[in-house]
Amino acid sequence: MRFIFKTDYAQDINLAKHGGHVGWYGALICALILSPWLLDDYWLAQLTLILIYSIVGLGLMLLAGFTGQFSLGHAAFLGIGAYTQAVAINAGLPLIVALVGAMAFAALIGVIVAIPALRVRGVFLGMATLALGIILEEAFARWESVTGGNAGLFVQSPTLFGFEINEATPYYFLCLILTILVTLGVANLLRSPTGRAFVAIRDSEISAQSMGIPLARYKTLAFAISAALTGLGGALYAHKIQFLTPEQFGIIQSIDLLLLIVIGGLGSIHGAFLGAIFLITMPQIISIGKDYLAAGIGESPGLSAMVYGVVLVLFVLFEPLGLYGRWLKVRAYIQLFPLYRRGMFERQKSFQKSERLK
Amino acid sequence: MNRMTDTDDDVLLRARNLSLSFGGVLAVNDVSFDVRRGEIFTLIGPNGAGKTTVFNIISGIYPPSKGSLHYYGTGTEIALTRLAPHDIAATGIARTFQNIELFEHASVLQNLLIGRHRHQKSGFWQQVFFTKTVRDAEITARRHVETVIELLDLQHYRDTMVAGLPYGIRKVVELARALCAEPSLLLLDEPSSGLNVEETEDMAFWITDIKEELGVTVLMVEHDMSLVSRVSDRVFAMSQGQDLASGTPREVQTNAAVIEAYLGTADDVTSLRRPAAQGST
Repeated sequence: MRFIFKTDYAQDINLAKHGGHVGWYGALICALILSPWLLDDYWLAQLTLILIYSIVGLGLMLLAGFTGQFSLGHAAFLGIGAYTQAVAINAGLPLIVALVGAMAFAALIGVIVAIPALRVRGVFLGMATLALGIILEEAFARWESVTGGNAGLFVQSPTLFGFEINEATPYYFLCLILTILVTLGVANLLRSPTGRAFVAIRDSEISAQSMGIPLARYKTLAFAISAALTGLGGALYAHKIQFLTPEQFGIIQSIDLLLLIVIGGLGSIHGAFLGAIFLITMPQIISIGKDYLAAGIGESPGLSAMVYGVVLVLFVLFEPLGLYGRWLKVRAYIQLFPLYRRGMFERQKSFQKSERLK
Repeated sequence: MNRMTDTDDDVLLRARNLSLSFGGVLAVNDVSFDVRRGEIFTLIGPNGAGKTTVFNIISGIYPPSKGSLHYYGTGTEIALTRLAPHDIAATGIARTFQNIELFEHASVLQNLLIGRHRHQKSGFWQQVFFTKTVRDAEITARRHVETVIELLDLQHYRDTMVAGLPYGIRKVVELARALCAEPSLLLLDEPSSGLNVEETEDMAFWITDIKEELGVTVLMVEHDMSLVSRVSDRVFAMSQGQDLASGTPREVQTNAAVIEAYLGTADDVTSLRRPAAQGST
């Protein structure tokens, strides 16, 4: 059991709260740096995908988990990032310029989406973003001169400082570096006034504005950052799959992203990573599990969709805080052994929240 | 009836002829008052008198249908009726809510730091890179927050999530969050509702302390008459959206109109009826 003796305000501000954090996260980064030599090509490709989805997850987490604005059409931003990247790279622009362009363009669309989002909330916001997702998916399919329509669009290999990044390892490192930078940026934002303003808007808009937080500005900012990060993820995703078709950025992808943050754990940075790991490894686990099932069940086409559905329902019922919430409990159990009490994480039920001013 | 119409320099908030109607209901009808610098000014009245609505007009949640509201806390005259809630907060008016509006899924410390939002000045990119300016600002903010924690005895709850706190403590946290904004005018909406006798005693001490030690002007709505008469400098009674009486707590409590509004008279039920808004009968 660890007791943290606080003697300095910086201890509450620093990202690493104690030596254990430095050690464990250091070990994680070392493992990630060494993984091209430890993993075979297939699993390295999966790990790259996990990193890409983590960036996207962080983007959506910031919007839904921290600002409380649920988007049901987030795959549209993924698509904008991917197509912008593809068009820029195919036009011969440098990688960095293309990535920045993909982020900026997605952020711009995010700001445009935020304008209706300022007026609606809850389920209506969900519908507005869902509509956006459908419209943009349609736009990707119809704007054939740019996106190649349903016939698809090839993405050329990017070059960075004169080197062509077409192999798995350099591309993995590009994703790793960007993931680390994005994570640090998001973590920094969340420990500064902007991040706290997001949380304030999520928990009570009425008192957030009475505390001097301009709702319109911060909601727009949340949409812009979220769209930019999702766009960055989309740009990396475009290189990963190398061939873009509109249906990759449809409603199913949007639901997958929502699944990612809910199962990972709403309102935590860790949740985005755990959710990405879940989303990428689950199909593998299902396909391994198929071999052990009766042929009639194992071969049925709806199996993976059903497993996803069941897992989501189980999480909502038994672990609303997702994988990260479960991890916190496991960690507390280990740290406090044998003193862990069953009710430690029980939430107090309260019925005093007023809906009057909403 | 003596209307509060001081013209001297020590007025902090001046409300003139405020009216607000929701459809046919006149929630606030032609209310005028002055809040002087450094006093505790209490709005009282039976349920539905329009006290909370006056608060919501001051903090910008509802724009009034008629009337003016001027604030002198920043050295110049500011017309509050034209400002958005966050701009009003920026002028140095902080408030609490009748039904506690804390940020439930954040720790007490984070809640109090959000209270300091109006003092934050760093830019977006500075925060993304968490530059030294941001770090220093965070430490300064924390120092201010700690003085408030010290004042209100919240040390024990610093890192607790609000969602797990008992009602009485939440009430104090909300007061603390408002104080963290370093307001010049503090609006307290029923600070003692739901508190037990002991907690109400503490609240009375703190409200007096806030006035005397921090020099903050307090405008509050309160039902507990013993608390009102203990801490208030002046009391303003409302009923049915209109002003009834004003003066020292004792004067208002003995005012015939106030007694009638609270207890009614045996033979005159029609006096309780609210006047209709224009256009409806």
